[in-house]
Parts: sequence; C-alpha cells; structure tokens
Amino acid sequence: MANKDFSNGLKAGLSIAIGYFPVALTFGLLAKTAGLSIIEATAMSLFVYAGASQYIALSLISAAVHPVLIVVNTFIVNIRHFLMTASLNEKMMPEKRTIKALYAFGITDETFSVLATSKNEKISSAHAFGVTFIAYASWVTFTAIGHVIGANLPLFLQAAMSIALYAMFVGLLVPSMKGNRKVISLAGMAAAIQSFFYFTGILSTGWAILVSTLVASILIEIVYVNYEQKRTIQSTEGVEN
Amino acid sequence: MGTTYWWMLLGMALATYIPRMIPLVFLEGKELPPIVSGVLRNIPYAVLGALIFPAILFVQEGNLLFGIIGLITSFAIAFLGGSVMTVVLGTIGILAVYSLFI
Repeated sequence: MANKDFSNGLKAGLSIAIGYFPVALTFGLLAKTAGLSIIEATAMSLFVYAGASQYIALSLISAAVHPVLIVVNTFIVNIRHFLMTASLNEKMMPEKRTIKALYAFGITDETFSVLATSKNEKISSAHAFGVTFIAYASWVTFTAIGHVIGANLPLFLQAAMSIALYAMFVGLLVPSMKGNRKVISLAGMAAAIQSFFYFTGILSTGWAILVSTLVASILIEIVYVNYEQKRTIQSTEGVEN
Repeated sequence: MGTTYWWMLLGMALATYIPRMIPLVFLEGKELPPIVSGVLRNIPYAVLGALIFPAILFVQEGNLLFGIIGLITSFAIAFLGGSVMTVVLGTIGILAVYSLFI
C-alpha cells in the first residue's frame, strides 16, 4: 500500500520535475556566473530548496548585500508557506510528527498545488514523499548539471519550457473549476487581487500571493456560509408552509 | 566566499524550512473551528489563481503574445479534459513551435 502510494506520488510529481528542469538548469548557470562553486550552488538547492529565494539570493550576493539581509529576505519570501502548509494539513492523513516534519521540507508552491488539489479525500505520507522526492531530485540534479555544462537549452526550447510550471498550475486548477462556482470565484478573485498588486507594485510577489490568497479565501467563505444559511432557513420555512 | 556563505545557507535553510514545518507539525490532530477549516480548504484554489495570473502573461520578458498563447493553450487543453502532463507538454509543444518560427 505504502509502496503504491509512493509510486503514485512520483507519477503525480513528474510534471513538477519537468517544470523544475529549465528553472534549476538556469539557476546552476547563473550561480556559476555569480561566482559560486559547484558545491556551493548545489548545496543551496540541496538545503534551501526554494526557487524564488535562491534566484533573489544570487542577485543579492552579486550586489554584495549583507548575508543577514539575504536570510531575512528569504524568510519574507517564504512566509506564504505558513498558509499553504496549514491548508495542506487539513488534507493529510494523521501521522507521527517526526514524519510530517520530514516531508514538510519538500513543500513548495508546486508540490503544495499538486497535493492540495489531489482527488483523494485524504493523502497518505507515502504519497507526499513520492511527490516531493521527484520534484526535489529534479531541482538538485539539474542545478548541478546547469553549473557543469554552463550553458542553456536551445533558445526556442528554453523559452517554451519557461511556461511549464504555469501550464501545470492551469492543469491542476481547471478540472476543479468545472461546474464549481466556488472554485471559479476563489481563483478569479485571487487572480484579480494579485493583478492589482502586480500592476501597482504595492507589495512584493511573496507578500502579494499571501494577501490575495487569504483575502479571497476569507471573503468567498463568508459569502458561502451566509448563502448556505439563507438556503437552510428558506428550506425549513418551505417545510413549515 | 568561504565560511560566511555556509552560515548564510544555514540561515536560508531555516528561513524556508520553518514556515513549511510549523503548521504541519503543530496542527497535527487539532480540530479547527469550521469557518477556519473552510477558509483553509479554499486556499489551494486561491493560491493557484494568484500563482497563474498575471505572472503567466509575463513569462517571456517583452513578449506578451507568448504569455497569452500559453494561457489560452493550457486552459484549452485542460478544459478539453487533458491530464496535467498533457497540459504541460502540449503547451510547451505549441510554444516551441511558436518560438521556432516567429
């Protein structure tokens, strides 16, 4: 059972592994240009394992920004994961805390999205390990390869593959949207708020995702709870008449 | 770079690990109020909306059409019932053709 869950997890995580391939390759390449050795670059992917923060760290290292500020910035960029793992926790099967602390390391925007939209009512730890393992392996391996070969994919392929993670997000979202007005409203509202932040530049991307997600989730929930209450009241009134 | 780099890496590792770990470990076995768990169950769909849009439009700097084609293609394949992998590979394929010839 656990083995089957793990291999199903690997399968579910394969599209993340493909999506990470060009991003990690480019990271390895950029790390080299920023003056990191292959050990230093690969260690960052191995221990930090956070795409956006790693890219930002590279540019901050090149700009000789103080390391403490780089750490603080990393934390700020990743605060949104508090929200994601709190949400994911609702979907995970009960498990020993040590095991959860282990697979927690592998939760990124992408693995979260795959796990949280899974059609299973509850997700086993083995499944979570499968999804996170294949994504992590891709991230670390292609960072090292990017540093070694020090070159990008052919330009047209590099460009085309840059869409991979977004296409994956769409592929995860759309099936849930079909015939589900709540999901449509949630995604639409969060996208609208995110666009507002993007075009006004009031918040940096990490904060913007946190705020737009939270605002949309809370507002839509309030609307639906009220709507359900009204419907229950109406239907009980109907019974009385 | 030297020792400072490795200390920075340790700090960065903690800064990413803590937000991922705390909720999963400390909410284990906790029953949350219905409204809170309702909100938490909404998060994945809101996150996806915010991650996709508007960022997908600007995936190639200075080429808005690229993003628009990517958005439309991926939605179309997913809407027609394609699996996640089909959506990913199909969109890459269409955009590879687009970048090769245009």
